[in-house]
Amino acid sequence: MPAVTQSRGHYYVPQPSPYPIMLSGAIFLIAMGAVLEVNALKAGPWSLLLGGLLFVYVLFHWFGKVVGESEGGRYHTWEDRSFRMGMVWFILSEVAFFGGLFGVLFYERNISVVSLASLSRTFTPYPGFTAAWPSAGPLGKPFSAVAPWGIPALNTLILLSSGITVTWAHWGLKTGRRGAAIAGLAFTVALGLVFLGFQAHEFYEAYTKLGLTLASGVYGATFFLLTGFHGLHVTIGVIMLSVILARCIKGHFKPDQHFAFEAVSWYWHFVDVVWLLLFVFVYWL
Amino acid sequence: MNAAHAHEAHHDELPRGITRWLFTTNHKDIGRLYIGFSVIMFLVGGILAMLIRTELLRPTLLFPPEIYNQIITVHGLVMVFAAVMPATTGLANYLIPMMIGAPDMALPRLNNWGFWLLPPAAVLLVMPFFLMLFGIGNGAIDTGWTMYAPLSVQGGIGVDFAIFAIYLMGASSLLSSINVIVTIFNMRAPGMTMMKLPIFVWSWLITAFLLIAVFPPLVAGVTMLFADRHFGTHFFNAAGGGDPVLWEHLFWFFGHPEVYILLLPTAGILPHILSTFARKPIYGYKAQVYSFWAIGALSVVVWAHHMFTSGMPVPAQLYFMYATMAISIPVAVLFYCWFATIWQGSMTFETPMLFALGYIVLFGVGGLTGLVLSDAVADQQYHNSYFLVAHFHYALFGGPVMGIIAATYFYLPKITGRMYSETLGKWHFWQTLVGFNLTFIPQFFLGIAGMPRRIPDYALQFAHLNMLSSIGAYILGSAQLLLVYNLIQVMRGVGKKATTQVWEGAQGLEFTLSSPPPYHSFDTQPVIQ
Repeated sequence: MPAVTQSRGHYYVPQPSPYPIMLSGAIFLIAMGAVLEVNALKAGPWSLLLGGLLFVYVLFHWFGKVVGESEGGRYHTWEDRSFRMGMVWFILSEVAFFGGLFGVLFYERNISVVSLASLSRTFTPYPGFTAAWPSAGPLGKPFSAVAPWGIPALNTLILLSSGITVTWAHWGLKTGRRGAAIAGLAFTVALGLVFLGFQAHEFYEAYTKLGLTLASGVYGATFFLLTGFHGLHVTIGVIMLSVILARCIKGHFKPDQHFAFEAVSWYWHFVDVVWLLLFVFVYWL
Repeated sequence: MNAAHAHEAHHDELPRGITRWLFTTNHKDIGRLYIGFSVIMFLVGGILAMLIRTELLRPTLLFPPEIYNQIITVHGLVMVFAAVMPATTGLANYLIPMMIGAPDMALPRLNNWGFWLLPPAAVLLVMPFFLMLFGIGNGAIDTGWTMYAPLSVQGGIGVDFAIFAIYLMGASSLLSSINVIVTIFNMRAPGMTMMKLPIFVWSWLITAFLLIAVFPPLVAGVTMLFADRHFGTHFFNAAGGGDPVLWEHLFWFFGHPEVYILLLPTAGILPHILSTFARKPIYGYKAQVYSFWAIGALSVVVWAHHMFTSGMPVPAQLYFMYATMAISIPVAVLFYCWFATIWQGSMTFETPMLFALGYIVLFGVGGLTGLVLSDAVADQQYHNSYFLVAHFHYALFGGPVMGIIAATYFYLPKITGRMYSETLGKWHFWQTLVGFNLTFIPQFFLGIAGMPRRIPDYALQFAHLNMLSSIGAYILGSAQLLLVYNLIQVMRGVGKKATTQVWEGAQGLEFTLSSPPPYHSFDTQPVIQ
């Protein structure tokens, strides 16, 4: 086959692997544990614990195996393109997920609260209810929303800076300045941790001082849904960045081959963009 | 012989024992796992269907109504998520790499994980039935497969199990979709341009796009449902400013495209079967590909036609009505191409062809009755009546299930290397056709006469049609045992050896490989002219 380049000649199909089915088992235990736990059944915590431990164990070994294969030179251009496309489509599915959550926010703001307040006074069970945003609904307890220009604005600045530091790290890796790469990643992880600290503080304040809770009507629920899922993604991002940092320190990656680094930085930029939208539509407007 | 080839030679030894299936990274093994799982769950869902029709055989209560609700709900969820979706995913896994000349799926370990998330999900769905026997909880989810709030907010432990089953099935669907997309974009053989892709591959590409676009919002939705149930939120509760109709939007934004997720892969396999047995090339390849795109795009903007009676402003009702009716245009293009493909062909009627033709007729009825329901005014009458039940069974059994059975007979000799019993296959088809129509034609009349769905008992004037429908269901259900018997016989190695091409008119890369194909299809990629 003259038309076939060398990298297209052989695709790396891994040997059979026990990790996928073990991970499924772990997720099954976690799912069952969660159901039993919320229904106050005794086996719940044990199932969660066992599943959680197995989950961490499998991820550790599975990723370890992939890192080993990568450093062992198993992957070439062809495989690399599969990984890139896979990550892009995974992030697109995350876009769809957050798109759904923002859709919920707009639906509540512009449709459900408005129409609940515009029902005929003769028929509505809530005649005194007027449309406003943020809203606790007709029967919710009063609360105050988080002021956007305090910690949230600072957090915006922090995440935007972390986008810059991760790009700096990428530049360092590509131009062979390993020190810059390590410093850039370390700054990014630190900024991520500061962001998470501020978010935790803000959640605590919301619960203790502002009366803004999951149960304080539709705004509170949506606020914690959106910021909570974003915070979860930042947490996952920080964990992934830390792994990349450790790998950089160990001397992994080459200037022209560092898919894992790029995948994590794409993810981090995505989380960044979601935060910007959150800041505008949840905190500010 | 370089190192890579030495590695390959080692790879070619067929793995043995149970770990071959548990740990496999081979697309054909994973495809077979999906199909086997689907057959088992098809029988589970079928048994539940038999229970439903037994309850409705005569106007009296056999089960407590709560149990009946659980049976219809689990029947729906099992059939959609655990029977039809795994079947089409299994076909994708088995066929796509062979059809495009790829060494395997692009991400083989994730592919394995995608399958092995499904059996735990099925267990989560069905387990509450058994927990109830031990005095834990009040049984499986009983809200109907649509899980409308506030009923689903108030329901028992079964709803929680179903929510987590949906998480697992969602993860599985995303993994297989990402795998399919990356495989199609990155693993095609040299010369296999996008517009030379076999049409089944195209249909799965659009299906995968749809899954990635619509499953995550459902995951968001069930998370909100879970929070409403346990964490005191008010997403679906007007007292806190929420709205139960919001759930309907979230569900149907997923639920309507889901219909096309079930349908498109079988609409893609159909032209292969029709052209093989008409001994003519596929008519209108481009038109069909563009129709898939149009169907995919339209399917995500029509969801609220399921909600005409939920309360919507008139302009919204009109929009969703016309947008829904617009889908009939690309679907009509597909029908036109199917007819043109077999037109004046030298047809023979082996079992796959019979099921393919049955697909066209039955799915045609499903599509036309869908046009009736899409009329926002008429829907006020038909909504949640047995007319709807009959419609979507024509659409989902008449389309996807008939297509899957057709594809199963079509590729069975290729997969196993053995010909199935044609006589039993033909019996299977005719018994299915008679049983299916006898089950569901009476339901159209029941619906028009006003019988509501999801109610275990009914007024006496509905008795005769219901009895007919139940008799039809028993014929339909027992017919599927012929398929199972045929499958088991073939797997045991009974039957004539299949040739490489299997069918006289068969085209495509998969029919250039031996039957059964080697464990690793292409050592070196073929070059497509």
